[in-house]
Amino acid sequence: MKNELEGVNKDVYKTDWQWQEGEYTVTRTNMWTAPGCHNGCSVLYYTKDGQLEKIEGDPLSPYNQGRLCMRCLDYVETATHPDRLKYPLKRAGERGENKWERISWEEAYDIIVDEVRKIQKDFGPECIVSMQGTGRNICWQTPYLSYSAFGSPNFVLGFLSGDACYLPRTTIGHCFMGDFMVADTSQHLERRYDDPEYKLPEYILIVGNNPLISNGDGFFGHWIVDVMKEGTKLITLDPSCTWLASKSEHWLRVRPGTDAAVILAMLNVIINEDLYDHDFVQNWCYGFEELTERVQEYTPEKAAQIAWIEADEIRAAARAFASGNPSAIQWGLKVDQTVCGIPLAHGLLSMAAICGDIDVPGGCMIPRCAYDISDSYGCGLWNVSDDMMQKMLGVETSPLHALGFDPTANGDTVLEAIETGKPYPIKMLFIQSTNPIANMAADAPRVYRAMRSVPFNVVVDVFMTPTAIACADSVLPCGMSSERNSGRVWWWPLRSIVKVNEYYEAKSDEQIILELGKRLNPDLFPWKDDIELMTWWVQSGNRFHAGWPAKTDETFPELVEKVIDWPDDWAYKKYEKGMLRDDGEPGFNTNTGKCELYLTLFEAWGFDPLPYYEEPPESPISTPELMEEYPYVLTTGARTWEYFHSEERQVPRLRESHPDPLTDLHPDLAAEIGVVAGDWVWVENMRGKCKQRVRINPTLHPKVVRSEHGWWFPEREGAEPSLFGVFDSNINNLTVQGVTGPTLYGAPYANQICKVYPVTPENDGSMSAVITASVKGGN
Amino acid sequence: MAEKYGLLIDYEWCTGCHSCEMACKVELNLGEGHYGIKLFEDGPRKMPNGKWEYLYLPAPTSLCDLCAKRTEAGKLPTCVHHCQAACMSYGTVEELAAKAAGKPKTCIFVPC
Repeated sequence: MKNELEGVNKDVYKTDWQWQEGEYTVTRTNMWTAPGCHNGCSVLYYTKDGQLEKIEGDPLSPYNQGRLCMRCLDYVETATHPDRLKYPLKRAGERGENKWERISWEEAYDIIVDEVRKIQKDFGPECIVSMQGTGRNICWQTPYLSYSAFGSPNFVLGFLSGDACYLPRTTIGHCFMGDFMVADTSQHLERRYDDPEYKLPEYILIVGNNPLISNGDGFFGHWIVDVMKEGTKLITLDPSCTWLASKSEHWLRVRPGTDAAVILAMLNVIINEDLYDHDFVQNWCYGFEELTERVQEYTPEKAAQIAWIEADEIRAAARAFASGNPSAIQWGLKVDQTVCGIPLAHGLLSMAAICGDIDVPGGCMIPRCAYDISDSYGCGLWNVSDDMMQKMLGVETSPLHALGFDPTANGDTVLEAIETGKPYPIKMLFIQSTNPIANMAADAPRVYRAMRSVPFNVVVDVFMTPTAIACADSVLPCGMSSERNSGRVWWWPLRSIVKVNEYYEAKSDEQIILELGKRLNPDLFPWKDDIELMTWWVQSGNRFHAGWPAKTDETFPELVEKVIDWPDDWAYKKYEKGMLRDDGEPGFNTNTGKCELYLTLFEAWGFDPLPYYEEPPESPISTPELMEEYPYVLTTGARTWEYFHSEERQVPRLRESHPDPLTDLHPDLAAEIGVVAGDWVWVENMRGKCKQRVRINPTLHPKVVRSEHGWWFPEREGAEPSLFGVFDSNINNLTVQGVTGPTLYGAPYANQICKVYPVTPENDGSMSAVITASVKGGN
Repeated sequence: MAEKYGLLIDYEWCTGCHSCEMACKVELNLGEGHYGIKLFEDGPRKMPNGKWEYLYLPAPTSLCDLCAKRTEAGKLPTCVHHCQAACMSYGTVEELAAKAAGKPKTCIFVPC
């Protein structure tokens, strides 16, 4: 697709940031959560008398070019939903009873400040853990609050086992080349596909995600359709035939969790058939001989046997990828969700490197946030003392955490600390826009029991959630995207988020951290209001080293007028130009200055310095003794058009489109257990079970089961024992916490084993009732 | 006679994202069970050549007025505007027929 902005009717759609259209004020800005999402699409808000009445995609935005997904299109219905949290609440009954008393913001802050001060004094600030989910506009806000107001180094993702979303890829990217890689579909160029510097990828390898639906990591999935129309071909690794897989030149139906074996075999083919880029390997790679030796173990035949595919499919895919000039890799969450997430990501980086695709137009470009804005989990970490940093949970067991390759504490270690009181007790959870027991936490029942045992918990969210009812003592209502002054910068460009309306007493996360921070540690929260705070954020890169990207002195009000800001210092092949290294020399920001196929840091730490494959801890190969009872391989977490993880189940138009939790079965498997489409089945393993409805999927391997995640039922009773039915259909009754790769990264969310059988009147029942009963009297 | 307008769907690229359905429901303020355009799915189904057929096609219903108010104001029909795959066009039947003639897997609807 060409950049069609020229064809837009400029009498109707303007480049101003705000204008009047009849009775409506039109505001041109960008959207990012709530509702949750990994994108940040450009929108037009139509407001009248302070009310938001309509939303439309901004056709003059090079980012999404007017396009929007279901969730943004239905934004007004979500934002005006009667069940939204309107006021701060204090728990009135016991935890789990869903009884609340409305309080003022002043009182809510006073309660939190008193608790924080007591914990800081009696136990130490490290006993306060802050957490957030994925894809909500709190990437830097909650970390800044934790490090600067609570004084605690313990900021985590909501009990995400093995940090198994994105962080394995970013961490290994930093060890491999000092940076991350992203498939280049021209998203860093303002003129997009028309920019003369841009080149179409000849192939895109899609692994570990269905980008059209997930839009992961700030990547608008339909950009892939744009380049397909111009001739880009696809290679897809996926256990199920997604729409993209069906359009792929090569679809490899891998057994869940075995992608690393396939990628190593592709490396074997590319190296042994001499299909790699000799110049790049010689000039910019370190450890090619060691990699060559390592991949000899992974013949296509061996990998095919592991992954339940054909050796020739692997050969063909490898040859196609290597032939692409350039080829790009679109990698996603499922890369992280195996115990060998780190070595799989290492293998993919190695493939991009030896094929010469790193940071070339249309290849695997190296991104950083525009203006070097401090947009992530490390925001404010500079306010934590070295001594306090040593207390971060996970530091003792993982050198990657200790050295700040990933600024978060480790979720599995936090869970253990809550359960054991070691190395110190956890006294407070500040839970901002995450609903762990419905979504992110593996072994959700275990996490539920742990959260219940923490003395003081605060939840900040848009709706009352099962997590809030189960464990919160205070609940604060947060604003949705149109109700906040904020910004978006997952790489490039920088985008404004402008407040156009208010909802009862809901406040933006920016306002909440600022007002709370001012009360706890005013020196580190010197800003008058959210506008000043956002100006600091836009300029926050100024604190870092002098290299690329260039910094800015732009203010937030200036950004609001620009709407979208494309800095002028985007460049390809930055390693040739001295833009990547802290010392300004050419090369990559690693010890060797090269892409480290052989990781010098891993060698020093005693980890395997080369990519490898490890079988999932429970599988037909690892645990043959369990396969008679649990004969199927279970993958989870495939996204849906309607929902972002556990969100939006209460929104009528979205729920209508997808009313029930679905488990995909091959027709042979369905026949074997005697079910048809729409029947309810139990999906069960050694740890637990949940109930979902059958969808027939003929593209699966007959032994592979694919279940949805994130389901709870806002229409059911909120109080226990129901707890909005959060454990009734919860696939995380079956997953496991505390089983990770040796680096603590990567967890087997998406490669479990299970059995499946029909729900009958005799075996029917509510898992929520069973699981909530297990803590009765415990608090 | 006034020129007839319609929708062209380039269904080679329709990904089944439902954005047309939702945009329309919001525009026409339609409740549960009502659609101004409805998405149909075919597949995934294995073809004799071993490849998988997996197609989507949205079809306008009796409620579709081709967004008369929007087009009068100089805007595109909301389904066309928001289509994530950018595979829908609005125009006169004559214009659309010319486009369709040059492109396989296309379909023209004239809903009203």
